[in-house]
Amino acid sequence: MLKIENLKVSYGGIRALRGISLDVPDGKIVTLIGANGAGKSTMLRSITGLVKAESGSIQWNGQELLGKSIDRIVSAGIALSPEGRRVFADLTVLENLKIGAYLRSDKAEIERDLQWVYSLFPRLQERSWQMAGTLSGGEQQMLAVGRALMSRPKLMMLDEPSLGLAPLVVQDIFSIIREINKQGVTVLLIEQNANMALKIADFAYVLETGNITLSGTGAELLVNEKVKEAYLGKRKD
Amino acid sequence: MFAKILPYLLAGISVGGQYALIAIGYTMVYGILRLINFAHGDIFTVAGFIMVYAAASLPLTVSVPLVIILTVILGVMVEKVAYKPLRTAPRMSVMISAIGMSYLLQNLMWYLTGGLAKQYPTLPWVSNTVTVLGCTTKRVTLITPFLTVLLVVVLVLLIQKTRIGMAMRAASRDFETAQLMGIKINNVISFTFVVGSFLAAVGSMLYFSNYATVSPTVGAMPGLKAFVAAVFGGIGSIPGAVIGGFVIGICESLIKGAGLTTFSDAFTFALLIVILAVKPTGLFGENLTEKV
Repeated sequence: MLKIENLKVSYGGIRALRGISLDVPDGKIVTLIGANGAGKSTMLRSITGLVKAESGSIQWNGQELLGKSIDRIVSAGIALSPEGRRVFADLTVLENLKIGAYLRSDKAEIERDLQWVYSLFPRLQERSWQMAGTLSGGEQQMLAVGRALMSRPKLMMLDEPSLGLAPLVVQDIFSIIREINKQGVTVLLIEQNANMALKIADFAYVLETGNITLSGTGAELLVNEKVKEAYLGKRKD
Repeated sequence: MFAKILPYLLAGISVGGQYALIAIGYTMVYGILRLINFAHGDIFTVAGFIMVYAAASLPLTVSVPLVIILTVILGVMVEKVAYKPLRTAPRMSVMISAIGMSYLLQNLMWYLTGGLAKQYPTLPWVSNTVTVLGCTTKRVTLITPFLTVLLVVVLVLLIQKTRIGMAMRAASRDFETAQLMGIKINNVISFTFVVGSFLAAVGSMLYFSNYATVSPTVGAMPGLKAFVAAVFGGIGSIPGAVIGGFVIGICESLIKGAGLTTFSDAFTFALLIVILAVKPTGLFGENLTEKV
């Protein structure tokens, strides 16, 4: 379980997170929705150690993550599929997946996870020798997710997996996220596509300019008037 | 006709191989840090001096590996002292730090060696003269291109087939995402300097075996030409650096053979200007979008 308490992060003099507390229980899908610049990505980046937090705590199964190096956090079982996919364009699909398992040395298990990722994304197997840069946007997103899975995370964090993708592809990605979760991986999902995210989330938080302003189960927030108005598009009743 | 050209051609191929070995160091560091490591040419010279002093009191079987090890340590230390603290600084600051490092090394060499040119030790076998197709030359001239190609093949395999090579390729494109994979960026960067300095040490042994004396600024010219070779081939590209090295070495030597020795350096730098004007990315350079 990931437990964040009173997390404060500043970026070049601007306070991006102003004391956030949230829980990600094991085996659940938790989503964080919010507008551009609300601090969603900063949140994930500080969990993974890319951004140094000012104060607060990030506990992972009782272990403090703040101040730990990125590789320690990754080997503790936390993986991030970053915003904008960020696949290694001039590495092959297979190499991209292998580099996801960079810190692991259990060859047989890596091979098994590779087959698992291929079974989740058969398209990646077909294109395993292609340079990642030649893939379509949707395929690159699949690769980014598959690459993160190759570290065999207990917690998978996804930053805007639907960004810039066609609606059908988004559907695909979300059903895969659900599938990954069913297989025991805890998911922390960040989305601007609040509708999709709330539908699959067990629990959701709304982030506004560095503060959490609302929280509840995905179903609760889907019908919440404020959320509807701000994130789901106002409906005329 | 051929008999007249041959010695120059051989010398050109040989010096080209030496440029190539140095150029790889420039191009690899640029590939990963987007930095022109101006101190690289001086590391090459320091390797020459280490050899002079080591061989004075130690047998070659000891001094050759010692030169390689000390040069590698020096290269990694330069990175740790002059570049690592500036990892998040603007690129211009790192470049100025590199220029500073270059002058520091040069002046240290003046100070420690007294500034007089030192006789480079004669390496048995490689310094012997041999006759090929009626042309007399040192054996090192013949060995250099083969050794260069061999080292390049090993290097390419290392980069394409090994775990650290994969990490280097990933880091050279995207530091942040590479870190998300658990890659320790600083280790990858250190490794790059290890490889670059190793090749510079080998290059220095081949180069000075041919030129016989070492002085503190003697590395500046081959260093600069290797840099031109790297730019010509497309900075960041290893095959580019190798081809660039050979092209410049051969052209220079042929120009000398034609009796235009005064113009051979000018040719190299004119080539730099032409390349920058016509195809700034060099032979194999890509149009890299700047890293964010």
